[in-house]
Amino acid sequence: MVDTLDMTGRKEPVEQALAGGRSLWDDARRRLFNNKAAVFSMWVLGILIFLAVFGPMLWVHDYSKISADTELAPTMQDWHWLGTDEQGRDLVARNLLGLRISMAVGLVATIVSLIIGVTWGAIAGYVGGRVDNLMMRFVDVLYAMPFIFFVILLLTVFGRNIILIFAAIGAVEWLTMSRIVRGQTLAIKGKEFIEAARAAGVPGSAIIRRHILPNVVGPVAVYVTLTIPVVIMAESFLSFLGLGVNEPLTSLGVLISNGAKEMQDKPWLLMAPAVLMAVTLLCLNFIGDGLRDALDPKER
Amino acid sequence: MSALQRSLSRIPWAYVTRRLLFAIPTLLVIIAVAFFMMRMAPGGPFDGERKLNAATEAAIKAKFGLDQALWKQFLDYLLGVLQGDFGPSMKTLGKSVNDLIADGLPVSLAIGSLAMLVALVVGTALGVFAGLRQNTAGDYTVMGIAMAGISIPTFVTGPILILVFALGAGLFAVGGLGEYPNIGMNPYNMTLPVLTLALPQIAIISRLMRASIIETMRSPHVRTARAKGLAERNVIMKHVLPSAVLPLVSYAGPAMARVMTGSLVIERIFGLPGMGSYFVDGAINRDYTLVMGALIIYATLIVLFNLVADILYALLDPKVKYD
Repeated sequence: MVDTLDMTGRKEPVEQALAGGRSLWDDARRRLFNNKAAVFSMWVLGILIFLAVFGPMLWVHDYSKISADTELAPTMQDWHWLGTDEQGRDLVARNLLGLRISMAVGLVATIVSLIIGVTWGAIAGYVGGRVDNLMMRFVDVLYAMPFIFFVILLLTVFGRNIILIFAAIGAVEWLTMSRIVRGQTLAIKGKEFIEAARAAGVPGSAIIRRHILPNVVGPVAVYVTLTIPVVIMAESFLSFLGLGVNEPLTSLGVLISNGAKEMQDKPWLLMAPAVLMAVTLLCLNFIGDGLRDALDPKER
Repeated sequence: MSALQRSLSRIPWAYVTRRLLFAIPTLLVIIAVAFFMMRMAPGGPFDGERKLNAATEAAIKAKFGLDQALWKQFLDYLLGVLQGDFGPSMKTLGKSVNDLIADGLPVSLAIGSLAMLVALVVGTALGVFAGLRQNTAGDYTVMGIAMAGISIPTFVTGPILILVFALGAGLFAVGGLGEYPNIGMNPYNMTLPVLTLALPQIAIISRLMRASIIETMRSPHVRTARAKGLAERNVIMKHVLPSAVLPLVSYAGPAMARVMTGSLVIERIFGLPGMGSYFVDGAINRDYTLVMGALIIYATLIVLFNLVADILYALLDPKVKYD
């Protein structure tokens, strides 16, 4: 086997390079897995996702079960590792549930914004002309709105409601997504390599599939990864103001808010959800950053 | 031509006028949506624990104009706002919304602008430091801290800072503005809220600045400056920094908006009597006029900051053209 240096200075077997060629995604994957912070974050996030999905089911205590042992301090006895709250509910169970709700809000709201944003942006960019102008002006107008204030109004006016939180946050976050997708579609449409592909006789559907989509998917994937932590933070922001999910459900924001009130005497009430949230957000941000660097290595 | 005249002549007046004209319908829509949303809500400002008798209720409603047709209420309100009158507060008896805003706005503006100032200075310095040492230990340290700053929400950092510096070390106030003998907006009361609000912005600005420095260092004009034999110090001071700060200017508008929303939480953590507390409490208590007043002030400020940021950008970057 003959080794040679490729342009990035890494050793690559010639055979492998000749055999398949390396696609954009192979390159990106290799760069991503070389990023230690991103890989480590993926492992940690994997564990956190497992805890969020299965934790509340597997843990010995139920998150909503009220008991007579109220306001216990953390103890090894009877599995109350983080103690209990003022209604005697186990706090490990409540933290696991909070993690689950926060992650669910992050995911669902991001998917809402993804669907609206990609559709809106792709149509505007693809159709172009007056339609594009009108659609993007609409986005401009919405951008100027102080949305978080409207969300607060909505929640106080129509009552706290987890569906409303999903929808409200998702509906705010799609604006940037649509701009990214539109800009990307427009830019790719006029590129030389598209022209070259067309000149070489590649059919339109293949051009879209092989040249336009991969270039749109990259920035969208990065933005999605970085939107989830923003949404999780927005939800806890609302929870902190007392506008979060309803009892007996809870979220990390609610737990942090309750914990902050008693942090002097019972610091673990604040620290447990705070650490869970910080670690989750750190992981997501590191993965998002790693993904961006992998797909667009210019900045490295 | 003086320097001032030269800069003034660079302001794209047509663009500014169009943006200002555009801002008016935006604000009108915000006012209308908020107005009708509040009124459609179940429960009004005078639904107390005890049911009022019919006559009293009618009298109170008449006093605040709530007995009129909805469109008439809206027009009256709009007319008042145009004259700078936000009406009486529906919950804080004997005070007008103007009074409350006059109390709260200075506090919020002080926290917000101080936080922004701190974030700009510290964030830029850290970003330049990291950008000039790309992929070294110093760079990784700064970027690691910045990542933490972005990932840890203010309602976590706030309480922790209170725990350490106020309750623990006793250096600053735990909250509020009124603890004898330290009444008012002084460093003892303001340091922690300003710092908490500034932290995420420091993180964002330093990341922006680092990326911008790295990109500028590779641009042709910097290569030219090096090629003509300038000392590295001069290359950085005269050629890299001036063009690297541009993305920062366009972030200034969104940053101010973020700082303002952030201050909703900061005011709650530190128990500060600012606009944010009025807005949230007003929304929960259904104090229609107070919420509307606060919302209008916030929206106006956000629109205004975005406009100023765009004009600044136009002044600094000769390449930007406005049609």
